[in-house]
Amino acid sequence: MHIIQQVLFILLFIIAVYLFTRKVRQIRRNIFLGKSKNIQDHKRERWRNVLLLAFGQKKMFRNWIPAILHFFVYAGFIIINIEILEIILDGLTGTHRMFSPLLGPLYNVLIGCFEILAILVIFGCAVFLIRRNILRVKRFQQREMTRWPKSDANYILIMEIILMLLFLTMNTTDRELQLRHIVHYTQTGPFWISALLAPLFGQAHTGTLIGLERGAWWLHITGVLFFLNYLPYSKHFHIILAFPNSYYADLEPKGKMDNMPEIEHEVHLMFEPPPPDNTATEPPPPGRFGAKDVPDLNWKNLMDAYTCTECGRCTAACPASQTGKLLSPRKIMMDTRDRMEEIGEQINKNGKFEGDGKSLLYDYITPEELWACTTCNACVEECPVSINPLDIILQLRRTMVMDDAKAPAEWNAMFGNIENNRAPWKFSPEERDKWREDV
Amino acid sequence: MAAAGESPEVLFWVGCAGSFDQRAQKITKAFALILEKVGIRFAILGNEESCNGDPARRAGNEFLFQMMAYGNIQTLNNYGIKKIVTTCPHCFNIFKNEYPVLGGHYEVIHHTQLLQQLIDEGRIKMKEGNAFKGKRITYHDSCYLGRANNIYEAPRKVLQALDTELVEMKHCRSRGMCCGAGGAQMWKEEEKGHIRINAARVKEAEATGASLIVSNCPYCMTMLSDGVKANGREEDLQVLDIAELVAQSME
Repeated sequence: MHIIQQVLFILLFIIAVYLFTRKVRQIRRNIFLGKSKNIQDHKRERWRNVLLLAFGQKKMFRNWIPAILHFFVYAGFIIINIEILEIILDGLTGTHRMFSPLLGPLYNVLIGCFEILAILVIFGCAVFLIRRNILRVKRFQQREMTRWPKSDANYILIMEIILMLLFLTMNTTDRELQLRHIVHYTQTGPFWISALLAPLFGQAHTGTLIGLERGAWWLHITGVLFFLNYLPYSKHFHIILAFPNSYYADLEPKGKMDNMPEIEHEVHLMFEPPPPDNTATEPPPPGRFGAKDVPDLNWKNLMDAYTCTECGRCTAACPASQTGKLLSPRKIMMDTRDRMEEIGEQINKNGKFEGDGKSLLYDYITPEELWACTTCNACVEECPVSINPLDIILQLRRTMVMDDAKAPAEWNAMFGNIENNRAPWKFSPEERDKWREDV
Repeated sequence: MAAAGESPEVLFWVGCAGSFDQRAQKITKAFALILEKVGIRFAILGNEESCNGDPARRAGNEFLFQMMAYGNIQTLNNYGIKKIVTTCPHCFNIFKNEYPVLGGHYEVIHHTQLLQQLIDEGRIKMKEGNAFKGKRITYHDSCYLGRANNIYEAPRKVLQALDTELVEMKHCRSRGMCCGAGGAQMWKEEEKGHIRINAARVKEAEATGASLIVSNCPYCMTMLSDGVKANGREEDLQVLDIAELVAQSME
């Protein structure tokens, strides 16, 4: 009987790890569809960001209530992994609670802590479900939060509650079986929460109890392995990418826009033409200006999109979104991810992407959304995991204006004024210091 | 000055709004008056000043931005300019963050920072019983001074020196709400929505019970003044730049 369980477990584990690795490699490939961007500097500051923003969740604490609830779930996730390690080793080797003899009394303290965390996780997830579905907190109800994004969030919370309930059931029945001195159930002594719950099963037949314990154990670990494979298809992938994304966060002042050296070069040639006999190698003609589709963005933009957990703090802070415009920074990130997945699917099928007549700009994100941005950086400031929607917005604008000549007429007038009068308004440069006349 | 072989302590970059917009000209005059009173030797570029390219760049027109930047950097470097002060956070941001990579390296400060320094050094002293003492005011963080460059305290310290009663809006400092003009929005109609951004922001100011909104940016000045008008509060809600407060209150 034990050997069958062991073989089944090994098979399940290998399949789960294989599928997860395959999908993660596809995501990695998709991210590197983006242009290169060299981010190697300031290692110390970057590790500091990983500690503060990812491990410490510093930005989450701009908003206390969700921050504390989220911290329960996060701590539960990180710490209960130690328990999952034991479960996997037990499963692979056919032992039961193999860490107990190794750790002695410390084992009970650890599992006791996990049980308390499990209760806190259940509480946190329950409140989150209420906030999303009953209180209907505004940032979870916007136009992009229908269908899959809405159910995705609920599935995650329900799965986490079920996993924690299974974990507690497993420990509680285990406790009762230990009290009955059933063979194979290592005498670990009581754990803090399950010891209190064990009397609930005082009347149950031993056979039923073993069935419940094994059932809970199997469902729990199968659930965990399923959840692992659910992650890369879900917004919940942030639990992994939040760490590298914080490392690669932009360290420059938020007001600084990326330079376009190819245009800088063109403009220099315009003002200082090289001598005619210059045979120096010309740089290759630039491709597209700005970005029209996913491969035109850089890999950090694309990693941002996979990191986004659709919490909507960006959109809630966006002045355009608050005043009813179509723009939602969260939707920019979701669209980028969706388009990347669409391209990725074609690569999975055909081995390469040769264009499908669609693009991120126009087919996913409309000009009306992009024109509405005030570049105020509120979205960038709010993101707890260092995502920058503004950078994408500005790159898409560059394509619309420079490649596709689609700037709004009022902006074309402004451009004309700058070109002709060196000011965005129609005034003569000679009047620049007219204000001095009445000083 | 350059003709006389002299070089100024600081270049006052007036900016397009500060040069041409009638309301912003008052801010320019107020700030120039402060500089003169304190005895700072400053220069302006006059008609050699050009748009720094911010609205073009943020609208997506990198070519036009690069052309303006090229010209301005030539002019500034020809005059050997080392230090720039400006009353516009957009000019401040672009000189400080975006010109260096193009070859324009200057020490750049925003006028609110200079005012704070001058107050700290005792070079600006407020009149006994200045007009703003005890007045209930609120302060609007501009995006390009605040979030873009993390300057939240300098302007507030100036307001402290004026002994005003500062009441913060619901969204302030790093959470400050945009006036609606940044990213070249100043030059076009807003997209369709249920309220204009400036009207929404002025509502937040109204909720503080203040009778004065203090700003640090000529665009914010336009947007907030229009918002006050749109909300019908012209009679009892004023918008002033921080330089105007100081100019009116200093000895």
